Amino acid sequence: MTNRNGRFGIHGGQYIPETLMNAINELEEAYNRYKNDAEFNRELTELLDEYAGRPSRLYYAEKMTKDLGGAKIYLKREDLNHTGSHKINNVLGQALLAKKMGKTRLIAETGAGQHGVATATAAALMGMECVVFMGEEDTIRQALNVYRMRLLGATVVPVKSGTATLKDAVSEAMREWTSRVADTHYCLGSVMGPHPFPTIVRDFQAVISKEIKEQIMKKEGRLPDAVLACVGGGSNAIGSFYHFIGDKGVRLIGCEAAGRGIDTFETAATISTGKPGIFHGMKSYFCQDKYGQIAPVYSISAGLDYPGVGPEHAYLHDMGRAEYVAVTDDEAVDAFEYLSKTEGIIPAIESSHAVAHAIKIAPKMDKEQMIVVTISGRGDKDCAAIARYRGEDIHE
Amino acid sequence: MSKIKSAFKNGKAFIPFITCGDPDLETTAATIRAMVENGADLIELGIPFSDPTAEGPVIQRADFRALNRGITTDKVFELVRDIRKDVRIPLVFMTYANVVFSYGAERFFSTCRDIEIDGVILPDLPFEEKEEFLTVSREYGVDLISFIAPTSENRIAMIAKEAEGFIYVVSSLGVTGVRNEIKTDLSSIVKVIRENTDVPCAIGFGVSTPQQAKTMADISDGVIVGSAIVKLMEQHGNESPHYVGEYVKTMKEALR
Repeated sequence: MTNRNGRFGIHGGQYIPETLMNAINELEEAYNRYKNDAEFNRELTELLDEYAGRPSRLYYAEKMTKDLGGAKIYLKREDLNHTGSHKINNVLGQALLAKKMGKTRLIAETGAGQHGVATATAAALMGMECVVFMGEEDTIRQALNVYRMRLLGATVVPVKSGTATLKDAVSEAMREWTSRVADTHYCLGSVMGPHPFPTIVRDFQAVISKEIKEQIMKKEGRLPDAVLACVGGGSNAIGSFYHFIGDKGVRLIGCEAAGRGIDTFETAATISTGKPGIFHGMKSYFCQDKYGQIAPVYSISAGLDYPGVGPEHAYLHDMGRAEYVAVTDDEAVDAFEYLSKTEGIIPAIESSHAVAHAIKIAPKMDKEQMIVVTISGRGDKDCAAIARYRGEDIHE
Repeated sequence: MSKIKSAFKNGKAFIPFITCGDPDLETTAATIRAMVENGADLIELGIPFSDPTAEGPVIQRADFRALNRGITTDKVFELVRDIRKDVRIPLVFMTYANVVFSYGAERFFSTCRDIEIDGVILPDLPFEEKEEFLTVSREYGVDLISFIAPTSENRIAMIAKEAEGFIYVVSSLGVTGVRNEIKTDLSSIVKVIRENTDVPCAIGFGVSTPQQAKTMADISDGVIVGSAIVKLMEQHGNESPHYVGEYVKTMKEALR
């Protein structure tokens, strides 16, 4: 699906400073060399299985299915991975690749802190130095994850510029990379940024849909009618969609963060409210004003609080192959509580956006139909924030 | 011959940068005139961007201040239209790809021609992506400036061969900002550039003192200074034209 310079239709590309071009080219060469290398893949599979705990379960949510009274609901349990989210899939791949390239230092951006924690974890495991950039606003929203990263030996740099959230953390990580490229790999956390990142991250996350396909064939003997996942940059979503893109009968539904609503300025629903642009190394859809100034987006979820979306999602949207819907803070919080009470599973507030949409569509579907919802991460990190959202003043 | 070349006819070129609209457009206009009077050979006019990923903290803050005051691309165009009544030296815009893309490349570059902007610098548009804008900028006779960085190595010749206007040689790794020391082996880089093109090259990023400017100019055709000037603007606000004028005078003298 990727062509020259990493284009997905008109999207993608490599819009980065000249200083980074050779580093990016070196990364692409290394990736092309190792992606089909038997030894690399053996090592990565071992890490994923023995360290991260793959394959993750495809769980039949029976109570939820009966309660909603429609389509049969399966949950892809990425929340059960080591470090508590899908982020570890990509990080183990990139850290191993960086190590093969002779890099000794990993830098990363993080929003909710899940990617930062995963990167800090891989760095600890592989004996690499780690620096994580995190919007100052998010270091407050996700204080526990800041401590986890430090505990794992990483340095956390609070980013004060701009809106002090995820987009500013990405900008700062890019700035850091331009100042120190020789020994440093930028372990980008989503299917975004300049080529080859959207392709590399997608390939490392594609294990999610590969497993879903095998698991559902074994359990049901056929493919699901729909796959749902939340979309910020879009890494768990592309991972969940990838092996189904050719299966036209499978609806692919990405759930964006509408924040307080797509008719307000306090939203992060990029495909619903954005327009094409060029930012953070890629052409894609972005929330921006008429002069191309990037909009200060908002979502209750720090992990979805990003003004852009990965270029492959932009392309799947343009092609009409995937649908993108917007889910509000209120709906996501309701879903967070619903899944906790109904199935005893506390989903990340990010994943709760996909759960919320499942709650909307499942009752309208036949009992013979099936949907898969990817639970990209676990919600322990969100408990204090959701309690505060509900008016309970608790702190970690 | 592109008008930009004329900036390099007056000895080594001194190329100051300012962020348009910081602290306000009147001060920007007055500062531009003060820079011209004091020997600036070419001026880089920054159109502020919300997320300037190639800039250090000083220029980031200036962009932020300008945008907070409601500066837009259209207002910057009006500013240039006004100063073009008396300012004759070459002027280039420095901004980010999205500012041009969202305005519409056709509309952006045709306006540049109308208001006599001679070149456009987009730090997030590397060689591999320039075609999309180059086809339009050429049509309107606006030079699209190329960067060469300390990490460019095997890419220098390729970039130099297709360069137009002038080449922006990045002195050091990292983002814009004042540096005490510049360690890159710039003369080797400039040597490769010279083997591949006659387009002049100017060194920027980290230059702030007359001594640094002289050292950089000795091995190139000119020097670009941004953060040091924007810092003066931050300190002196509306009174900046005087201070920036004095600074430009000192720097240009060091190059003579």
